[in-house]
Amino acid sequence: MPESVETDGAARVSEPEAFGMLLIKANLASAPLAAAVERIFGVGVPGRCEAEGDRECAVAWMAPDELLALVPAGRAREALAELQSALEGEHALCADVSAMRACFEIQGEGVRDVLAKGTPADVSPCAFGPGGFRRTRIGQLAAAIWMLDDRSARIFCLRSEAAHLREWLGEAVANLEAGEAFFRS
Amino acid sequence: MSTRLPSGGRLVDRAAPLKFTFNGRKLKGFMGDTLASALLANNQLLVGRSFKYHRPRGIVACGPEEPNALLTVGDGDRAVPNQRATMVDLVDGLAARSQNHWPSLEHDLGAAADAASKLLPAGFYYKTFIQPRPAWKHLFEPAIRRAAGLGKAPMARDPETYEHFHAHADVLVVGGGVAGLAAARVAAEAGMRVVVLEQSSWWGGRAVVDEDSVEDVDPADWVEREIGVLSSLDNVRLLAGTAGIGVYDHGYVVACQRRPEGVRPSLRLWRIRARKTILASGAIERPLCFDGNDTPGVLLASAARDYMHGYGVSPGDRVVVLTNNDDGYRTAAAVVEAGLSVPAVLDVRPAADGPQCGRVREAGIRVEFGKGIASAKGGSRVSRVAVCSFAGEGTVLEELACEAVAVSGGWSPAVHLWSHSGGKLRWDERQAMYRPVSDRPPIDSDGKPSVHAAGAANGECSVDRVLQDARAAAGEALADLGFKAKRRIKRCSGPDPACDVLPAWLVPQGMRRRARSRAWVDFQNDVKVSDIQLAVQEGYRSVEHLKRYTTLGMATDQGKLSNINGLGVLASHLGVSMGDVGTTTFRPPYVPVTFGAIAGEARGPLFMPTRKTPMDGWHAQHGAYWEPVGRWRRPYCYLRSGEEVAAAVNRETLRVRTSVGILDASTLGKIAVKGPDAGKLLDMIYTNRISVLGAGRCRYGLMCNENGFLMDDGVVARIDDQTFLCHTTTGGAALVHAWLEEWLQGEWWDWKVHVADLTEQFSQIGVAGPDARKVLEKLLGGGVGADELPFMAWKRAEWRGLEIRVFRISFSGEISFEIAVPSSHGQELWDELMACGEEFGIEPYGTEALHVLRAEKGFIMIGEETDGTVTPQDLGLDWAIAKGKADYMGKRAQERPHLSSALRWRLVGLERMEGEAPLPSGSHAVSTERSEHGHPRMIGRVTSSYYSPNLKRPIALGLVERGPERMGEVLEFLVEGGTAKARIVSPVFFDPEGSRLNA
Repeated sequence: MPESVETDGAARVSEPEAFGMLLIKANLASAPLAAAVERIFGVGVPGRCEAEGDRECAVAWMAPDELLALVPAGRAREALAELQSALEGEHALCADVSAMRACFEIQGEGVRDVLAKGTPADVSPCAFGPGGFRRTRIGQLAAAIWMLDDRSARIFCLRSEAAHLREWLGEAVANLEAGEAFFRS
Repeated sequence: MSTRLPSGGRLVDRAAPLKFTFNGRKLKGFMGDTLASALLANNQLLVGRSFKYHRPRGIVACGPEEPNALLTVGDGDRAVPNQRATMVDLVDGLAARSQNHWPSLEHDLGAAADAASKLLPAGFYYKTFIQPRPAWKHLFEPAIRRAAGLGKAPMARDPETYEHFHAHADVLVVGGGVAGLAAARVAAEAGMRVVVLEQSSWWGGRAVVDEDSVEDVDPADWVEREIGVLSSLDNVRLLAGTAGIGVYDHGYVVACQRRPEGVRPSLRLWRIRARKTILASGAIERPLCFDGNDTPGVLLASAARDYMHGYGVSPGDRVVVLTNNDDGYRTAAAVVEAGLSVPAVLDVRPAADGPQCGRVREAGIRVEFGKGIASAKGGSRVSRVAVCSFAGEGTVLEELACEAVAVSGGWSPAVHLWSHSGGKLRWDERQAMYRPVSDRPPIDSDGKPSVHAAGAANGECSVDRVLQDARAAAGEALADLGFKAKRRIKRCSGPDPACDVLPAWLVPQGMRRRARSRAWVDFQNDVKVSDIQLAVQEGYRSVEHLKRYTTLGMATDQGKLSNINGLGVLASHLGVSMGDVGTTTFRPPYVPVTFGAIAGEARGPLFMPTRKTPMDGWHAQHGAYWEPVGRWRRPYCYLRSGEEVAAAVNRETLRVRTSVGILDASTLGKIAVKGPDAGKLLDMIYTNRISVLGAGRCRYGLMCNENGFLMDDGVVARIDDQTFLCHTTTGGAALVHAWLEEWLQGEWWDWKVHVADLTEQFSQIGVAGPDARKVLEKLLGGGVGADELPFMAWKRAEWRGLEIRVFRISFSGEISFEIAVPSSHGQELWDELMACGEEFGIEPYGTEALHVLRAEKGFIMIGEETDGTVTPQDLGLDWAIAKGKADYMGKRAQERPHLSSALRWRLVGLERMEGEAPLPSGSHAVSTERSEHGHPRMIGRVTSSYYSPNLKRPIALGLVERGPERMGEVLEFLVEGGTAKARIVSPVFFDPEGSRLNA
């Protein structure tokens, strides 16, 4: 992970290398969709506010009729083609949105404290465990948060607002004091 | 003298001395002191001058209710004005300054206002400064504000940072006294997520000072034990130094935290979502109104105890106690226990026999029943009080020498947070207090209470009942959440030990006229008993009106000490009961909060997000002069070294007409619409027919709202049989996306259409001008000829292994292409286009050149020609409305008489008759006729106005009544300093045949 910034605090922020993102709007309960997701991404259709998979490949729940697939950079085009052919005849909209959003990763003990500075969503361990995926906001930005595990989370925002989120995260992390944590892991 | 006692002070560490300054004077305190206790320990009784009369004022309270000790803390750009000294923890090197005096605290010329106070009654400003009218704004108000002021905000940028923090709790407890801790324990042991807020830096509230035991344990030990248990639990968070400042709907509670020294940011605003809130905010002691009750040295009886017990600070060697309830006796006992003396306890009640009274009398302290204070004397520090009969008018019976007067006028439950979101109150006659009505609480979306009041905040007086009440409140909250309180709720037996209090709004009750104008109700806003009486005489009956006329309770302390006393004075003068008077409305914040804490991190570079395209950095490097468009920033033009803005715009505009220009159009909205019913949806959303568009073709479409007014426009491209791509305006992208979703989710839920906002996936680059095609041919190696890619068509192309889309559309009237590429490659494409265009002299152009180019062609712009009241027909866009369609959004509305009237203002071009300067945009045309009211009749306005470098003259578009029917007429427009004449012409100024477009 390039551009990682070490700090004295209890969390650090990095910017993952570019990866592919595919938008899927479809009936999430449909069998052909489940089959396509399983075959192409190797995971099940995620439940509400959840993501299935890992950093390498995952599918996240975005809305009652929308998923976001996260794939290695080189696989986006081919995965989109596979999706489109698998869903041929279904009422679905699939698009390559790899360039639409920016992604940051926060790692460390203080990950939930950093998130709680920005999001009104409940990010405590009992409400937002590993695999949780929420569309919410961070500060003034629309954002999605993916809880990878209890020590790391990824934040997605629109590409045009990446500089703002980078600045925001820098400040939130710099102000994180050891021993002042609200969330205990 | 107030001084540090030889021993005592449970909160201070005498082994840790701290240095601080007050008005530059070097003073010493201890770790654990507040600024207020440290000032008192240094005999600094006088801490400020009052707001209106500049009276000398001293510390009155020990908690957040302090009205007088408002100080500026910190130096230079870190100075924070209006800090309550009682809530500032002393740190080494702290610098504090007093406010509102000149030249010094001790010698203040503003005190002349006090001598003239007879001339400054309630409503004085309204009565005196009413004429001449303009003088209020320019002379009177600035002068008054300078004289009656609080601290000054520093002029420099605040170097401090701030942040917000969001927390969620099953049970939020506001207040860390006995009630709060007991309720928290009950909730915690039931497994709830509990957050406890305490505004002080320490736990336990009043019980530690006032009670002998709590549950048969020493109160301090009880608190330590409970804090120990609670802090060991994983589901509990204890936040000291954190004041709950507002309770809102849906369990939303805001709190402000002063964080420990060295932790940054020093202030944190907590935004808490709580399923249940337990309000254990305690009660606030009231002062009594007597002549000279604002003299420094007169303080609340509870505060006197707190300073002795908590900080080992004596308020004075001889403390006279004035009380109307048993609590004043606690102070008398504490004073004697500290080795000081009590000349007398003056109890306005005819008799009292509570345990506190008994204890004091047994100690041999002089107690005088039925007595009050006729006046406190001493100017800048109390030196003696004149004793009188409470029942009389103030005839002096004797004088008592003293250094302090401890006053207790009874207790008011701190019900502010209860009331913020709708909890109701009732007047408890027996205890003389407004207390929460338990069956009229603030309620949640399920109709259940969202806030439960507990303990003293609920009007309970004895520690046993406080504990019982707190556990009951927690039990009720848990029951609503579907849990059972495991912890036993001990039932109290015996009689209800209610506070035995005699309401005494004036001391003596028959106070003479002169004394009434020297008896303060509101210390911070300088409101006296006489002011309230005057308001009543002048006909004020409503408590809300009284508040605004006299400014009672309108200061930064929001009347924590004064409101109830003011209501009492009002009620007794109106001859009605307190319950009939009611209270004013309680509004957040409960205690003052700095703007910095409210703004949080949204300051400096984080003030507001600015959206930037992938080419933003390039624009910045090439002289971009920015313009905000929605949340985006876009280059208005690109300035060359030494170039004026107007010159740059002219250069860019000419470049597009003469060779080729390049535009970053990435901000335009791009919304994908797909599904079997996509055409049907777009036929409803756009005024024209979109469904018949062939794949590979584009159409300019207009979008109206249901009232028939134009809301957005843009080019729709048909991608394939079931897919369309709708381009929107920059500012309209999110709106249009939401608009489509709203109709699809709310009305046409059974239509099979998916919508996705892909705006940011693509960078879109416009290349326009006579040489545009040559640039594209170089980029793509051909395939963009007039036959291969005709006007209003699009095609896919391959560029560097990427699939890109090339649209042949035009907003300039020139041959023009827009190329969409994934945003990750936007800069790369831009660079290559610049390279391809170099031999043709390609130049980037900004939004202003774009606007000039479109205006030369008479193309409308959403937000310029439209303002939410303009229809497509007004703009001569009838050609873009499909007449044969059964329906589209806005169709019905456009048939209404007003929208189809022949008199509507319609789009025309305007040619200025004289001068080179464009008509000011927004100027109105006036008719020679007069309106029915005798005013000149407005018949049109300028919507866009530019200098056209191609035509070498100003051009304008406007909306004019029956405009297109009046070609050639000359109108008169109102402009600054006179009028300007302009002729009505065709809105198409340039290339009306469109020959350049189709070349």
